[in-house]
Amino acid sequence: MKSGSNLERVITAGQFAVTAEIGPPMDANPEVVIEKAKVLKGYADAFNITDCQTAVVRISSIAAAVLVLREGLEPVMQMTCRDRNRIAIQADLLGAAALGLKNCLCIAGDHQSFSAAGRLKGHPGAKNVYDVDSIQLVNILKIMRDEGRQQGGDPLKTRPQFFIGAAWTPLGDPIEFRPIRLGKKAKAGADFIQTQGIFDVEAFARQMEKVRNLGLHEQTAILGGIIVPRSMMMMKYMNQNVAGVSIPEKLIARMAKAKESAGADKEKAKQLQEEEGTKLAVELIEQVRAIPGIKGVHVQAIEWETQIPEIVKRAGLYPRPSAPA
Amino acid sequence: MIVAERKPFAEIKEFLAPYKKVMILGCGTCVTVCQAGGQAEVDILTSELKIADRQAGKSREFITGTVTRQCEPEMVDPILEQVKRDQPEAILTLACGVGCNFLAERVGKVPVFPGVNTSFYGTALEHGVFAEMCAGCGQCILHLTGGICPIARCTKSLMNGPCGGSNKGKCEISTEVDCGWALIVKRMEELGTLDKLTEIYAARDWSKSFHGGPRKLLIPSVKIAAELAAQAEEAKKPGVKS
Repeated sequence: MKSGSNLERVITAGQFAVTAEIGPPMDANPEVVIEKAKVLKGYADAFNITDCQTAVVRISSIAAAVLVLREGLEPVMQMTCRDRNRIAIQADLLGAAALGLKNCLCIAGDHQSFSAAGRLKGHPGAKNVYDVDSIQLVNILKIMRDEGRQQGGDPLKTRPQFFIGAAWTPLGDPIEFRPIRLGKKAKAGADFIQTQGIFDVEAFARQMEKVRNLGLHEQTAILGGIIVPRSMMMMKYMNQNVAGVSIPEKLIARMAKAKESAGADKEKAKQLQEEEGTKLAVELIEQVRAIPGIKGVHVQAIEWETQIPEIVKRAGLYPRPSAPA
Repeated sequence: MIVAERKPFAEIKEFLAPYKKVMILGCGTCVTVCQAGGQAEVDILTSELKIADRQAGKSREFITGTVTRQCEPEMVDPILEQVKRDQPEAILTLACGVGCNFLAERVGKVPVFPGVNTSFYGTALEHGVFAEMCAGCGQCILHLTGGICPIARCTKSLMNGPCGGSNKGKCEISTEVDCGWALIVKRMEELGTLDKLTEIYAARDWSKSFHGGPRKLLIPSVKIAAELAAQAEEAKKPGVKS
């Protein structure tokens, strides 16, 4: 075992892994995280704690990950390259390891302009860092863990033992380059991969075929990303605005039908759309699971984490393999 | 070239307000090409200021001119002489930030104000459209990326891009901004060198860039040659023994 994390144990044992996502709040209230943790406990092997996603200031990933850990769940801390240079990144990694965190997902991070793209003021005038990129970050974690060195070369007596993750946008542009870039992440040292949300399963299966031809599915454990759609509006928004997410028209039409069948009753429309979204998520899990080379799923129910237990149960992925005592 | 754009008139007007005699100085090189600070822009700005003054019932003296390059000592020296002679209370330079710094450090007690916002190193894509091409990072890696710079042209300066935000050739920040890595991948495909991108480019040494502190470049041979020439010149003067 590289890290001794539960996620590593599940994947190494050849069991189909489930990870889910918890978004920390925009204020200092730990209860929000603790409540989400209580609801989700036992429904995934590990829980990603986002690192200021969409560049919005929130409780830091490490701090929220420790809150989750105290509730008896296993967190996957996230580390973006946007906000810290290699000095701060490595200091935080050492601190996170010292606090008992065992999984880390390395990502570039959304540009700071995203923070003001929605209803928030955000910090679009912030200076970004990008001292290292996500692939270099993966490699820094690997060198710290396996070679006992900091990026600059100084030795580490006690090594941070992370199970190293990276993200992959299989259907992002330029699409022919995406499997090659996944290969770079595997080569840099990514033990596991969580993909961008998949809706177009056929297109994803075609990319996975290329991935298998390159042998990458054996070098790193690929967990297919499942975004739980909550409404037709959300699906349309994601389809138009989120890079690498394309939603087939027939799926949007299904959601539209669910919405329309409620007539003018808004509450019912919400209910029916949420039910259809849940069904869609479960179907997507099953379809993605059937693709050769897929080792698990990563479920994101954005600001709707409470729905994850239902989805995991319906997908037949509950109970999760229990950790050895 | 260095690309700049003229500052908004209101900003210029405000910081020139206290001065009765103002020198407005254009630069004949980069900022002339990008139509921010050449002689034409000096004339336009001077007219704008005169009109505003007249509307406010005021009048003041303007001295105007353009130097071929405000970043070169031999071209700036005559301006320093002119400043001593004409004694403006303030100088507004329409040169880039280099010119403004250079003049401010040499001109004595006269305040120097910037008339442009210096933006980037770039080129004209078409008339009136300029784009950033270089970040001056001090350690060129264009040979690795098909001649297209990931530091200047990828929003995140990624060395191993493109990130997940690349969308139909555009960057995640705007549909108006090309994804630098989409350009690199396309270019290297054309060249048949895409396989080079399977290599992982290691974390960069940013100390060669501004992150290492303000930079100086020393060319020893040129410096020594200039010193020798100066000595030889000195030796020729009457009354000095060589």
